[in-house]
Amino acid sequence: MSAPRYSLAGRPRPTGSKADLYVWYAVRLSSLALFVLALAHFSMTHFVFDPADQSAEWVRQTRWNSVALRALDWGMLMAVLVHGFLGMRTVLQDYVPSRVRSLSLGALYLLALILFVLGTQVVIALPFD
Amino acid sequence: MVAWAFHRISGIGVWLFIILHVIDIWLIGANPEAYDFLGQIYSSPPGRVMETLLGAALFYHALNGMRIVVMDFWPALTAYHRHLWRIVWIVFFAIGIPGAYIILKPIWEVAG
Repeated sequence: MSAPRYSLAGRPRPTGSKADLYVWYAVRLSSLALFVLALAHFSMTHFVFDPADQSAEWVRQTRWNSVALRALDWGMLMAVLVHGFLGMRTVLQDYVPSRVRSLSLGALYLLALILFVLGTQVVIALPFD
Repeated sequence: MVAWAFHRISGIGVWLFIILHVIDIWLIGANPEAYDFLGQIYSSPPGRVMETLLGAALFYHALNGMRIVVMDFWPALTAYHRHLWRIVWIVFFAIGIPGAYIILKPIWEVAG
């Protein structure tokens, strides 16, 4: 095929590095979960309810007054962190000069860890009504 | 190339929002007043325009992402990439326009 592959399909399945291959699969598998979870979440927060109605108290008393919904939102957070940060890993590898690449990747993973801690902390520690 | 560029730009845009969004949800526990203040910004007219753009980026990224997954796992379907590309845009506008209307409607309800 002579046309550049990225204009037709996604990035070709990596053949060299095992880590790149696992990342390639992780991004695609997490995308299947997010297609359902993230679009359902956006629909719930913007079409079913309106952002104007969703105060901190409302979230605590309704949406997050259920262990199952908290677990679902935490699962979505995990899928988002895997998908978003591994996607950004690819972006950084494409554009960041090699001399600062490991530094920028380290900063990226540190940011992912911080969001993991903040998101997990609020899901677990927010008191139930 | 356009599909690829849009996918990357929308992906980076949604990623930036995710950073903000995890922090704002964390504020529900840490500082509920600050969360409610951010909520007022989100539901203000400029906030609703931004949310519409966020929804557009998310929805395009999701639809085009499924197109990529379909062709990555069933390479034979790459032959139909033009059809898949058209389906992405038909679904994008068919659901996106009414969706944008629902998000933006309170702006002119308040103005009117």
